[in-house]
Amino acid sequence: MVTVVPLGKLADLAGAPALQLPAPLDWAGLKAAVPEALAAVLDDPRNRIALNGALLADKGTLQAGEGDEIALLPPVSGG
Amino acid sequence: MTKSRCSRRFRGADRLRDIRLIDAPFDPNAAIDTLAMASPDIGGIASFVGKVRAGGGIEALELTHYEPLTLPGMHDLADRAFARFDLIGLVMLHRVGLMHPGEPIVCVSAAARHRRDALAATDFCMDHLKSAAWFWKREKRADGWHWIEPRAADHNDLARWQT
Repeated sequence: MVTVVPLGKLADLAGAPALQLPAPLDWAGLKAAVPEALAAVLDDPRNRIALNGALLADKGTLQAGEGDEIALLPPVSGG
Repeated sequence: MTKSRCSRRFRGADRLRDIRLIDAPFDPNAAIDTLAMASPDIGGIASFVGKVRAGGGIEALELTHYEPLTLPGMHDLADRAFARFDLIGLVMLHRVGLMHPGEPIVCVSAAARHRRDALAATDFCMDHLKSAAWFWKREKRADGWHWIEPRAADHNDLARWQT
């Protein structure tokens, strides 16, 4: 399984603080597997992606395997 | 190296570099006082404490973070502050979780030989914490929870340091 952690308001769109999805997952597979309201905003360039704590420069290169964690990161609202 | 020497050295280092996420109400003055006593070379300390503002119908504030990014990002910011300014010590404490009006959210305290480095480093760290750190904030008002969107002013504050 791959753990998907949506942060900030993306958690509201996901409907849960974390999702467990079958591995492996690429970018298209991720968008197909999450709730539609969340999938609709993932291509927005302001929403970043991290794989196992490392930011991806290009979301399209996502390749998540068994045990990996994907974080969905909307713009930060500041401390 | 003996165990006692090792632990003593690390205690000394921690007092001059105190970077933490905190999940319960905290007293910023305790950390500032510890920094102030940590080295006889300190000639000035500048501190900023941010608090949850009352008003605007705010009942509560919740800060979410992402463990693998947020604290490493604060350490990276501290590294840049030490590299950019002539600092002796730095405290950077940030709340996460549920907060209420009047509670401290953030404390940055910079100690240096001279005041300009202490003042500028505190300003530098605050501008970056406010606009570039991995925190997501929502406010509870009478009609429910509202996510706080990034403000243009925060990005302008950050641009001051891009030299």
